[in-house]
Amino acid sequence: MASIVLTDIVKKYGDGFPAVKGVSLDIADGEFVILVGPSGCGKSTLLRMIVGLEDITSGDLEIGGRRVNDKAPRDRNLAMVFQNYALYPHLTVFENIAFPLRLQKGQFSDDEIRRKVELAADTLELREHLDRKPANLSGGQRQRVAMGRAIVREADAFLFDEPLSNLDAKLRGQMRTEIARMQRRLGTTTVYVTHDQTEAMTLGDRVAVLRKGELQQVASPRGLYEQPVNLFVAGFIGSPPMNFLPGVVEDDALQLPFARVPLDDRLRASIGDRGLVIVGLRPEHVEDVRVLEPDKVEAGVTFTADVDVTEWLGAELYAYIPFDTHPDVATKLEELDRDLDGEGMRSQVVVVLGSESRVRDGDRAELWFDPARLMVFDPETGENLTRDDDAAARIDEENEADRRASLERAQARERRDGDGAGAGEHAA
Amino acid sequence: MSTLTGRQKAGWAVITVLVLVYALFPVAAIAATSFKRPSELNQGTFLPQSPTTANYEQILVGGAQELFLSALRNSIGISLIATAVAVVLATLAAYAIARLDFPGKRLVLTTALGVSIFPVISIVTPLFNLWRSIGLYDTWLGLIIPYLSLTLPISIWTLAAFFRQIPWELEQAAQVDGATSWQAFRKAIVPLAAPGVFTTALIAFFIAWNDFVYGISLTSTEAARPVPAALAFFTGASQFEEPTGSISAAAVVVTVPVVVLVLLFQRQIVSGLTQGAVKG
Ligand SMILES: Nc1ncnc2c1ncn2[C@@H]1O[C@H](COP(=O)(O)OP(=O)(O)OP(=O)(O)O)[C@@H](O)[C@H]1O
Ligand SMILES: [Mg+2]
Repeated sequence: MASIVLTDIVKKYGDGFPAVKGVSLDIADGEFVILVGPSGCGKSTLLRMIVGLEDITSGDLEIGGRRVNDKAPRDRNLAMVFQNYALYPHLTVFENIAFPLRLQKGQFSDDEIRRKVELAADTLELREHLDRKPANLSGGQRQRVAMGRAIVREADAFLFDEPLSNLDAKLRGQMRTEIARMQRRLGTTTVYVTHDQTEAMTLGDRVAVLRKGELQQVASPRGLYEQPVNLFVAGFIGSPPMNFLPGVVEDDALQLPFARVPLDDRLRASIGDRGLVIVGLRPEHVEDVRVLEPDKVEAGVTFTADVDVTEWLGAELYAYIPFDTHPDVATKLEELDRDLDGEGMRSQVVVVLGSESRVRDGDRAELWFDPARLMVFDPETGENLTRDDDAAARIDEENEADRRASLERAQARERRDGDGAGAGEHAA
Repeated sequence: MSTLTGRQKAGWAVITVLVLVYALFPVAAIAATSFKRPSELNQGTFLPQSPTTANYEQILVGGAQELFLSALRNSIGISLIATAVAVVLATLAAYAIARLDFPGKRLVLTTALGVSIFPVISIVTPLFNLWRSIGLYDTWLGLIIPYLSLTLPISIWTLAAFFRQIPWELEQAAQVDGATSWQAFRKAIVPLAAPGVFTTALIAFFIAWNDFVYGISLTSTEAARPVPAALAFFTGASQFEEPTGSISAAAVVVTVPVVVLVLLFQRQIVSGLTQGAVKG
């Protein structure tokens, strides 16, 4: 078990490409940290620097309080699960899992190795496959073998590089909960790279968002969702992504493409003397007026819009509403879209309505939102002007408390189960 | 894979037998001939009437012994050296081609391909003249060098193709698992590369072993003449006897090692051992 501390880590590749530009990150002992970001933002590079497969150009990397910049991978005592599993095809599943143990010459007897491998195999339900070769296993089984190889020795930390990206959606869901449970039980520090929204939001204690080699924000999933620091984080976290609209300040109101929002104290304070801002509205914060209680309607802003296309997904209904963007913010939004691996011009609003909503393609819909949930961003810097630092700090504190509690619970359960099993063995 | 129905099985069996007969009939004929007496040669029967080992005695201990055994020694020595040199050089070259980016990589591969499709017969005469003037004519080295021109290109191609599909990431995985660089190479990469190197060595050996054109053109005495060329110099027991029997016996003797090698190592000559390392 160990903490991992990154201080101003920089990576310049041989061809001069700066893949990581000064990342500082403090990962506590036993914490589960997720690295997310669009493709090519340097997530894998950062992970490979931590594990020692890539040289660190400058900055300090400490594991368990010791600087390890110049240590070889084998001296860092970390376990990694590669994106494509990297199993040894000429070895059986048993030998694959035993591989790290056998490398520690003379440390373990054959009996000990057998016991440890079987324990890991039981955890991952691989017992009946121990004698098979990786080539004959399914994707999910291979993935579990790769995990087995990681957990079999007492590594100081686990590093995962998109371990689930090759699995189908159902298996991915199963393995996701499996990983979460295992990490809680073992209490091992974990760094997990992904660009999957769901994995990022559900797995981690904290999520670090990277953009072009720069760290944007590190916070709990809820912190990122409710209090993003800038346009990039706001647009990256959440699915479907947040809508960004030009907001023109007119008299004592904010004019959006299809709605007029009266300014309250919070908005007025955050907008300051700007004449034009970018307004962020999450799709799930918009409701269909027809299915809303009347007293709630009063409290928010109602507007009518022409719905272009709708998608009914069973639990909810997506509606797409095209709008004309403002030329002064168009370039900024296009740039943001490119950064987010977007598909093109974002000149439509997506809203997520309840599945009982009767809005259909081509309808003129009456919609509603609560202005208290609007976010306002500076059109030049992209900074979130409505961010409430106190609220953000409170969310992260709660999150940290939750984390400790669940870690303790999981380990207490583990101890109890362990004692029970031990007693059982004695009896038998 | 689906299981075959009875009809399909029967169909495949027939095809297999046909192919086997087609491929093995000449071999069987030569083997049969090698046990015939000179008098039986023209009788037109397939099996020898009264089998004899006289032909084998003649080439191994009898009159043709000197001619045959020295040729066998030359063949084995020259082929082994040519194979060893080709495999070592090709392994290094293929490693570089598969793993490194360097200018002229394509050129190396294209040149290798060009060399390997060049007709042997068109360079043998110039080579004959050149070897005569620089003293390589009728020496082992004089054959090893042209053999390399046959074995090296194909070795580079097969090995480069083979190395390209080795998941080199395994080396890094092993390092993270606690291996030194050397351990990682030895325990994760060598077991995967070995079958490829092995198969290539066998192919290279057979190419050198089977060569006839260089063998007959660039040698003149027992100093370097390999078996395929030596067969042409066999004479019968008397001037009026055809040496067919001895030639057949010699042919069988040189075929046996090839067959034995393939049977012994057929398990190693399998590609696809790298399956399952990575996704897919
Ligand atoms: N060996 C290399 N030499 C030069 N540049 C590289 C090298 N490896 C990666 N890069 C560059 O570094 C940047 C970050 O790469 P990295 O693999 O860390 O991205 P990533 O965030 O893991 O992306 P993905 O989600 O697609 O895996 C990329 O722009 C890539 O082009
Ligand atoms: Mg990556």
